[in-house]
Amino acid sequence: MLGFVIQRFLQAVVVMAVMSVIVFCGVYAIGNPVDIVIPPDATQDIRAATIAKLGLDKPLWEQYFLFVGNLLQGDFGRSFVYNIPVLDLIGGRLPATLELVLTSVLTATVLGVSLGIYAGYRPDGWLAKTIMAVSVLGFSVPSFWVGLILILTFAVNLGWLPAGGRGATVTVLGVPWSFLTLDGLSHIVLPAINLALFKLAMMIRLARAGTREIMLTDTIKFARAAGISESVILRRHLLKLISIPIITVFGLELGSTLAFAVVTETIFSWPGVGKLIIDSIAVLDRPVMVAYLILVAFLFVTINFTVDLVFALIDPRVRAGARA
Amino acid sequence: MSVLDVRDLRTHFFTRAGVVKAVDGVSFTLEKGEILGLVGESGSGKTVTGFSLLGLVDPPGRIVEGSIRLNGKELVGMSDRDLRKRRGREISMVFQDPIATLNPMLTIGQQMRMALEAHGRVGPRAAVTRSEELLAKVGIPSPRARLRSYPHEFSGGMRQRVAIAIALLHSPSVIVADEPTTALDVSIQAQILHTMRDLARETGTALIWISHDLAVVSSLATRLAVMYAGRVVEEGPTAAILRDPRHPYTAGLIASLPAMAEPGTALTQIPGTTPSLLSLPPGCPFAPRCTHATEACTSEPVLERHGTRGWACFHPVGGVPA
Repeated sequence: MLGFVIQRFLQAVVVMAVMSVIVFCGVYAIGNPVDIVIPPDATQDIRAATIAKLGLDKPLWEQYFLFVGNLLQGDFGRSFVYNIPVLDLIGGRLPATLELVLTSVLTATVLGVSLGIYAGYRPDGWLAKTIMAVSVLGFSVPSFWVGLILILTFAVNLGWLPAGGRGATVTVLGVPWSFLTLDGLSHIVLPAINLALFKLAMMIRLARAGTREIMLTDTIKFARAAGISESVILRRHLLKLISIPIITVFGLELGSTLAFAVVTETIFSWPGVGKLIIDSIAVLDRPVMVAYLILVAFLFVTINFTVDLVFALIDPRVRAGARA
Repeated sequence: MSVLDVRDLRTHFFTRAGVVKAVDGVSFTLEKGEILGLVGESGSGKTVTGFSLLGLVDPPGRIVEGSIRLNGKELVGMSDRDLRKRRGREISMVFQDPIATLNPMLTIGQQMRMALEAHGRVGPRAAVTRSEELLAKVGIPSPRARLRSYPHEFSGGMRQRVAIAIALLHSPSVIVADEPTTALDVSIQAQILHTMRDLARETGTALIWISHDLAVVSSLATRLAVMYAGRVVEEGPTAAILRDPRHPYTAGLIASLPAMAEPGTALTQIPGTTPSLLSLPPGCPFAPRCTHATEACTSEPVLERHGTRGWACFHPVGGVPA
């Protein structure tokens, strides 16, 4: 098991190294940030001085190693636009995204898996057919439109829930959280639903397909032949057998939603990292873009690493493979 | 009194293409500790018969007619709850592929405990004791340590032994064994065969051994029931049927056994193929392939009893007994 962990860890390090090169070169290629930093009427001298100050006169490889060296010391550079450390900038926005995304992905998974198992267990019932119809809607209706309709219905017409912002926050461990106050919670509901809808639909389909497949296997028939009750079969056999694809998708969804909740954050003016990155791309704020993309890569690597560990924990066959 | 009495069982599947009469008139009885071989080609309804006995026919199939009396209790029409209480305790089943039957993500001990607790609470220590006892009985070395193993840590034959141990946990009166050796190596087959025969003898459990392999079944079963197109066409003591088959289909099966052939000559086969259960001709389902068939065979023969034997044929091999 330890060997497995070390092997996965080394893989993660390689992925991160490769990602840093790709991100750095990619962002380098998309334009010259100097024009944004200095006023258009600046003299040639000021221009040259700024370029030297930012280190942009050095060859690409040297810039890269400077960047990586700073990175390893926890220095992601300063934002060209805000002129504050990038890490502070992103760190200030991250909790908002984190709580929104965790709320929506967890809700979508718990609800989606329950509904999906039901729909797979009784595929011919009217309730199962309703669930599947709703899941098709969840897939096919565009997210921005659903967001607008949610605001129109619940904020504008009914006036039950606020249309945007984070609401009141409580500071715990030096970080402001919305979900701990009633007002904050009321602000999180609509964007969370908006984000969750697609994931809910996907989890329903995944759980349903898994359930239908597993319920026909000899494992289930054999359990039934031993007189084991249906509720025990669902809880102890089925849930375990369908868990692998669900955990995989859960990890992927968690990562991609954290990184790219842009549309929802924009519609609900949720002050998260998604909005930050879009703004930074618009003004070519290179350090923010690079740092953000590196963080996203780190996030994915961490999540995948965790998912692999969870697999090994729940599936003895993966453990056996890891030992070999 | 027989432990199991099946009368005119009919299990049909209501598919879009039409009604598939997978089991269409199966009758047999099973005495305590007896081994009955249920023989027939693929698609003859053997497995569906087995699942019908446990009340485990999946939709769109259901038992449409007939009676299954287990220890004197009628199972057809019984509620799902009551059926579940009998499964595992009075009747259980062993499947063909031991790799598919055990849950790969649970230890053997966990799976055995689940089966034990299906019929009332069992303490962890009592569960271990009972599981260990059965694993030892089916011939698994160091059973206590093996309770912590996962299925993939066992060979195919050992997994089948575990499955048999689970089926035996509550000492049921009947075990339906659906080709439990087909997926195993020939040398392992014989071991499993002997284990099951000895256990049946020892515990008084009656066995229904479902197989397409007449050679395997005849070495084990005291009585045979030969199935064709959802019906039992011949039934009787194994020795008598092998020596003197009455139904032309049984005779054909026996003649096509490789052991019956002269080395170097072509194997005998029954002409034609198994009919589709969707469009059976009226009358005897075997008639189109039968050399004995006449005008009379357009009406359906019923299984008639002659002493310890029975067959469903108007023109039995060796003539009609007086």
